[in-house]
Amino acid sequence: MIVLYPYITGLVAGAFIVSSLYHVFGREALQPVARFSLAAAFVFLLFAPLPLLIHLGRPERAFSIMITPNFSSAMAGFGFIYTSYLILVVLEIWFVMRSDFIQRAKGAGLGALIARTILLFNLHEDDATRRADHKIAKVLAGIGIPMACLLHGYVGFLFGSIKANPWWSTPLMMVIFLFSAIVSGISVLIFHYFVVSWVNRWKVDSDCVRLMSKYLWGFMIVAVSLELLELMSAAYQQTHEWEVIHTLVSKHLFVSYVILQFLVFSLIPFFLLAFNSLARSTDRVSNAISWTAATMLLCQVLLMRWNVVIGGQIMSKSFRGFTSYFPGLWEKEGLVTAIVVFTLPFVLLYLFHRLVPLFPDAKKRSAA
Amino acid sequence: MTRRRDDIALRETEASFSRRDLLKLLASGSALLLVHCGPVPPPPGEKRGASYDWTKHYWVYVVDISKCIGCCACMRACRAENDVPEGYHRTWIERYRIRKDGEVLIDVAQTGEHVFAEVKDEVERAYFVPKICNHCTASPCTQVCPVGASYQTKDGVVLVDDKACVGCGYCVQACPYGTRYLHPTTRVADKCTLCYHRITRGEKPACVAMCPTGARMFGDLKNPDDPITRLLKDTRTRFIKAELGTKPKCHYIGLDEEVI
Ligand code: SF4
Ligand code: SF4
Repeated sequence: MIVLYPYITGLVAGAFIVSSLYHVFGREALQPVARFSLAAAFVFLLFAPLPLLIHLGRPERAFSIMITPNFSSAMAGFGFIYTSYLILVVLEIWFVMRSDFIQRAKGAGLGALIARTILLFNLHEDDATRRADHKIAKVLAGIGIPMACLLHGYVGFLFGSIKANPWWSTPLMMVIFLFSAIVSGISVLIFHYFVVSWVNRWKVDSDCVRLMSKYLWGFMIVAVSLELLELMSAAYQQTHEWEVIHTLVSKHLFVSYVILQFLVFSLIPFFLLAFNSLARSTDRVSNAISWTAATMLLCQVLLMRWNVVIGGQIMSKSFRGFTSYFPGLWEKEGLVTAIVVFTLPFVLLYLFHRLVPLFPDAKKRSAA
Repeated sequence: MTRRRDDIALRETEASFSRRDLLKLLASGSALLLVHCGPVPPPPGEKRGASYDWTKHYWVYVVDISKCIGCCACMRACRAENDVPEGYHRTWIERYRIRKDGEVLIDVAQTGEHVFAEVKDEVERAYFVPKICNHCTASPCTQVCPVGASYQTKDGVVLVDDKACVGCGYCVQACPYGTRYLHPTTRVADKCTLCYHRITRGEKPACVAMCPTGARMFGDLKNPDDPITRLLKDTRTRFIKAELGTKPKCHYIGLDEEVI
């Protein structure tokens, strides 16, 4: 579960940043996925605390973290950062999609009722309100970028600040988490955009995907290099901690870290994306490459979270022994729970889409 | 203090509701919240002696490694005294064996009977190291606890309030000495309390009382006549992982380089 939590918040931060690239920096090419990315950030954000709650021994006391916070604890900030970010995302969605909600509210049925409630029963709209909405959304998206970074950098800090654990304790952890979050966010958008388009037989906007895959390439290079740097400096300095990290990496995490995370799921997407960004290819090929790379990078980030979290925990505190861990199928924090937790955001996303279309132009473009 | 503010807030709700009143109410509400924030005060939950004054004591623990014979009587005493669940430890003994080529072998007593398995290989040196919570003065576990359920008492003991702990396990990860665990039935963090219920009645912790060789010692630094105070005055001691800046309170006499 503690693996899923940073993974999901990472998706939030990444998806949000993509939406902000459009809303704040006016990257027009990203328009086809802009609304979807915002909605994705929202649903993942809603479910981010779920794995934490499942992990708590006493989930019924969870609100103590906000009622009686101990400010010396990094974790105590979670409730506040999370809530303020959630409010911000909700507000931004509200302003970005107000027009669509109004359209929807004018219809009939349950959806219209929900839309009307969301709009607080104010269906008035003209050019002035639209402009105002747009401006407010832009400001919110602007504030949201540092907050998204804070939200996820903070998750990295939760690990990086534990001096008891040499596998975690590094100031770089925040930055590493942040970049891998952006990687996972862009990846999930590409992945999902293709799946949705394929199911609905829409035409994929290749320019948009090309741009995203370029971003993806850049961010993944930074993310992977940072992680390698971290490892290399530990190796080169040969501190007394290196001994235990060395055993950890070369024995216990060899398959999941060295082989899978780096050699398979980083190196292959790297070459794929490099080819995609540097060489000219037909839309079909380029799309296929982007999708494959994005899917692989999604796995890569999940593996990275796994290696960080589990790697840190299987190490004994005397640095001389290791335990092993693999989740059971039906345990409280087992695989089935993990799959359910991870599916829920997608279900919600679908419901959201039923309420207001997340890809409003896709159909038009396919028809054209 | 809290009560007074409560009254103010109440009186204001009773008054007629202008916008200004609402603002005032919000302001006093947030002040109320602030008063409530911060670590929860130590609960009366941990049973202590009736007339105990925690400002008059400061407890320390001393382990003399050369005296430990690895009999594990302390571990069994601790389990009996504190209902430690099987498979978990509040205190344990590590056996260090250093081979001729410098390789260090470490093992702990088997669970169940809590005795060391017999070994026959040739080693250069061997010794036992008793370990417990160090009741660190700059304790990372209390620092990271999001709800202040882990806290330090005025007499220098680190305790967990099992009524407040949310069971997040962050302290378990933050403790560099691996002395904490999540209790399988209460689902909250658990660890050595220095037998707080005993020491506040003037008794020694169970492990100290049971140690047949006196390898484990315990005393009050605020009492000048306590043998511990005198011992620490003229004995050189070391701490485990002192470089982490946790300022442990468990002194070790004869601690070797290999012990981490
Ligand atoms: S030894 Fe661990 S549990 Fe005990 S006070 Fe120090 S950090 Fe906390
Ligand atoms: S497990 Fe309990 S005592 Fe430990 S950090 Fe979490 S809330 Fe605090």
